[in-house]
Amino acid sequence: MAEVTVNGEPRALDGVPLHTNLLDFVRGCGLTGAKEGCAEGECGACSLLVARPAPDGSEGTEWTALNSCLVPAAAFDGQEVVTAEGLGSPDALHPVQHEMAVRGGSQCGYCTPGFICSMAAEFYRDGRDDGFDLHAISGNLCRCTGYRPIRDAAHALGTPEADDPLATRRTVSAPAPVASRLHDGEAAYVRPATLDEALQLVRDHEDATVVAGSTDWGVEVNLRGRRAHLVLAVDRLEELRGLTVTDDEVRIGAALTLTELGRRLEGRLPLVDALLPQFASPLIRNGATLGGNLGTGSPIGDTTPVLLALEASLVLASSEGTRTVPLADYFTGYRRSVRRRDELIAEVVVPLPAAGLTAFHKIAKRRFDDISSVAVAFALDLRDGVVSKARIGLGGVAATPVRALATEAALEGRPWSETTVDAAAEVLRSEGTPIDDQRASAAYRSAVLGDALRKLWVES
Amino acid sequence: MTLLSSRPDLAVVGEALPHEAAALHVTGHALYTDDLVGRTSRVLHAHPVQAPHTHARVTRLDPAPAYDVPGVVRVLTAADVPGINDAGIKHDEPLFPSEVMYHGHAVAWVLGESLEAARRGALAVQADYEPLPSVLTVEEAIAAESFQGARPTVTRGDSAAGMERAAHVFEGVTSFAGQEHFYLETHCALALVDEAGQVFVQSSTQHPTETQEITAHVLGVPSHAVTVQCLRMGGGFGGKEMQPHGLAAVAALGATLTGRPVRLRLTRQQDMTMTGKRHGFHATWRAGFSADGRIEALEATLTSDGGWSLDLSEPVLSRALCHVENAYWIPDITVHGRIARTHKTSQTAFRGFGGPQGMLVIEDVLGRAAPVLGIPPAELRRRNFYAEGQATPYGQPVRHAERMHGCWDQVLASSSYAARREEVDAFNAASPHTKRGLAVTPVKFGISFNFTTFNQGGALVHVYKDGSVLINHGGTEMGQGLHTKMLQVAATALGVPLGRVRLAPTRTDKVPNTSATAASAGADLNGGAVKNACEQILERLTAVRAEHPDASWDELVAAAYHARVQLWAAGFYKTEGLSWDVTTMTGTPFKYFTYGAAVAEVEVDGFTGASTTRRVDIVQDVGDSLSPLVDLGQVEGGFVQGAGWLTLEDLRWDTSDGEGRGRLTTQAASTYKLPSFSELPEVFNVELLERAHEEGVVYGSKAVGEPPLMLAFSVREALRDACAAYGPPGRPCELASPATPEAVYWALNAARSAS
Repeated sequence: MAEVTVNGEPRALDGVPLHTNLLDFVRGCGLTGAKEGCAEGECGACSLLVARPAPDGSEGTEWTALNSCLVPAAAFDGQEVVTAEGLGSPDALHPVQHEMAVRGGSQCGYCTPGFICSMAAEFYRDGRDDGFDLHAISGNLCRCTGYRPIRDAAHALGTPEADDPLATRRTVSAPAPVASRLHDGEAAYVRPATLDEALQLVRDHEDATVVAGSTDWGVEVNLRGRRAHLVLAVDRLEELRGLTVTDDEVRIGAALTLTELGRRLEGRLPLVDALLPQFASPLIRNGATLGGNLGTGSPIGDTTPVLLALEASLVLASSEGTRTVPLADYFTGYRRSVRRRDELIAEVVVPLPAAGLTAFHKIAKRRFDDISSVAVAFALDLRDGVVSKARIGLGGVAATPVRALATEAALEGRPWSETTVDAAAEVLRSEGTPIDDQRASAAYRSAVLGDALRKLWVES
Repeated sequence: MTLLSSRPDLAVVGEALPHEAAALHVTGHALYTDDLVGRTSRVLHAHPVQAPHTHARVTRLDPAPAYDVPGVVRVLTAADVPGINDAGIKHDEPLFPSEVMYHGHAVAWVLGESLEAARRGALAVQADYEPLPSVLTVEEAIAAESFQGARPTVTRGDSAAGMERAAHVFEGVTSFAGQEHFYLETHCALALVDEAGQVFVQSSTQHPTETQEITAHVLGVPSHAVTVQCLRMGGGFGGKEMQPHGLAAVAALGATLTGRPVRLRLTRQQDMTMTGKRHGFHATWRAGFSADGRIEALEATLTSDGGWSLDLSEPVLSRALCHVENAYWIPDITVHGRIARTHKTSQTAFRGFGGPQGMLVIEDVLGRAAPVLGIPPAELRRRNFYAEGQATPYGQPVRHAERMHGCWDQVLASSSYAARREEVDAFNAASPHTKRGLAVTPVKFGISFNFTTFNQGGALVHVYKDGSVLINHGGTEMGQGLHTKMLQVAATALGVPLGRVRLAPTRTDKVPNTSATAASAGADLNGGAVKNACEQILERLTAVRAEHPDASWDELVAAAYHARVQLWAAGFYKTEGLSWDVTTMTGTPFKYFTYGAAVAEVEVDGFTGASTTRRVDIVQDVGDSLSPLVDLGQVEGGFVQGAGWLTLEDLRWDTSDGEGRGRLTTQAASTYKLPSFSELPEVFNVELLERAHEEGVVYGSKAVGEPPLMLAFSVREALRDACAAYGPPGRPCELASPATPEAVYWALNAARSAS
């Protein structure tokens, strides 16, 4: 029997339609605190806590906040979930709930349970001292308060009491992934136990929809009514979750979440560190993976420009073996790539040493948690004041993420000077074929591309 | 001091209390309309059939294929409407239309055993359309003379003579965007029918009485056959003043036809594509100034984008015209207003209700004119403030004009404006690629519904035999803290501890004929009514008190019960002293004005146009606050929402002639961005104006819901200041609205290229 533990109580998943997301599932259990505000992982009103392995790879559990609207309930077979109702009650408020209540952190209250869960995740984060990283709630929208009282509530929080049950729970391992096979009429949700099994499934099922954190697929299901015959979950496959560093390269498992990636890299790829805080929100980063971001092939996915600038390669695995493809050769058109239908992205390989001068510029309407109008990643090596090597990745200027090859040529071998930069900036402005859309005009996209290089110069 | 405004020494009003439902909010126990679905059995789910055209005739609508979809129970079409097929009160809003008037217009609704069944059923409904030409932008509407409703003019003096007199005359066009409400809770209704045919609709509505009336007229039954309840809303902001009615009526129609409860909840995309928004405006103007910077005259034509039906566009326009001068004395003025009919959602109320749109015009005029006049913008604004004894263009004396000066002086002092002006200038002189901007702007905002009739409120107060108190009033709770204030008012009026008073949900069978909870007037109107009901009860207790001078409240109540004294009362309040002549657009439409002022400092990246708000200081007049924590929340929240409208939130429609013409391209949270944590000012100081007692209003308080939104003009003007700093002084700086990073980028580049 498939079941998920919600606030300590087992709840059966059998018979639940497979497109049902975790949010609708817990609401169907009568726990209506979590809300649907947008159904695409933008507002955080559906935020819940999930017991997950500590992201640094150590023993123990981290209470991880997720957008429950995006992930199928079936993905939580054997897992453990806590909602705002599970944290405290009106007569016995949890510390996070208390601070939010007394400081005016809720007005209409609709976004509040989601804020509570996101704040609780940070409250329980291992290694947190007395501080509170406000980025923890940057994926939650509030339309009433203007956020100031929520910020004050966050800053007023102490650390969990010694006998706090969720704090105590952190020392025990999180539930291991459970190999699942759920059916609903002709549709199936399968979580294979091994990579080999997953590769056989993609080989044998043309219509398999491969998902990791479901942060993209969930939007398709919710907003565009897409339904899959077979959803194949690869996010917990150990073979896809490694991170190894040698003198020559960093090998990143395609199914590591971006949060795990950031913690395990420990600063070894500064360009990735520059990217991660600007990639969606922590609620998304707790589910999203490099494999997923590259697998969807979106021209505005933010990881690709960075990985292009880092000259990354992808390891593609199939039941016949593996092959390695430079990322620069991977995309062939709008949401199209050289990846065969029966292949999975297994690893992302970044060569070392990484470039000395790197920067990631994301141009969007909102500072955080927005989709890029344009994204630029720079990776430059300077030797004796000369640009010895330049790699520039661009997003949002073409049907696929691209390298700014002409600009790279205009920089390489030239002194790193204002003259060089001004000339190269003009080249950069005309890289790609940006379009007018609701995010930005083509003229703006083009102009800020050039200015991004000037900004790099000024700030270098 | 009047009885209404006098406050006893030991008052529960004035205490800084958290929201009355805060403990329910934070634990997820607070219930909203859609949370009731799981507690109701045999619920059917409704899904719309949205037309993929901007303007089209429906030539065929065949629901039959939907019935082949498993789980589909009923398809609702115009033929099912027993009463009036209209979702509004002006009979220009067919609920089941034969003519599609905007992209996504719902032409039918499908009821299913599950939402999935209803959704699939809606996809199966066959509809044919004959596309028709469409008018999309205000500019297109002006060119095509596509207008609707009244075309009022506010005028005083002789604006032509004023222009003659002026040393400088500026003219321009100011065009600015609307705004999506983006209440976190989308529209929702749950309708049930009882054994006698009585319809009970739970609705996320700011105006239960009108939801009741429209549901009744769609069903063809009298109002007494429909009861509407609103537990609470997950935000309203004006978006649930008119827009819930048709949706409630669809649910009620489904419930009466099937005998089963019907739930209608819009997804975010449906909500954004089907329901109205803040009106965008287009304004052409001429403004004359004296040599010393006094406004001599203003001539303007304001055209609002009304969308496909009138909805609340006329009163929104009236308020725009009544706020076009904001806090400034303009001796000679003529302002025309008109409403464009466009093929978009029917634009509607949104916090400020036309006030922000009117005021933006004069603030834009001043912001553009100041550098050319050679007068610092802060000084130019202050120099034109109303003085006591002057009247607005529509003839209402500006009482307490000195409070405008008071807020201004206080915020300049508390923000260290003068010193920071120098700091900002010094920073800018030393920083070629990053510039800062600093600005201060005022708000004067009239309180009361322009339409005098609506200025009434009702309440029902029960004192039970044990001394506990249950109150009910006509206002709805959408997060603004009205219920918290009403509990405080009742406890104060009765002289009992707050814990003895409980509040029951808003229902039309408890308090009838209510006005919308809108116009910032919820606490004024309903507070007056609650207090009135309490005083009726106290009056009846007087004789009992004389016999039991030392009795506790509970003992007094028990004694009164035994003495057969009526312990409950219906309270009523109407705002005195209002008059409004809609034909001449003159009178005294407002009970009073609220005042406020804000100083904002921003920093702008010259490479991208991206900005951060470094610091905001606000002084706001809320009278003697009924509930300071609630009021503080309204000021901060309103400000950030206003800043969102002015700097970030960017509604875009496909205005091409292609197949997607008329489609809202920002129809989801991923494309329509509202302020998030990153837009919170790094330093945010709010003070409530001291010694601000307001005569003639409940316990000396003032309204607070809308006015702070317009304090966000300070951010826009600070951005203008920062953009101008990229170029030489003395030149006007035009800034598009919303001032997104792209708009700021073009503005600062224009300044830069002028050097």
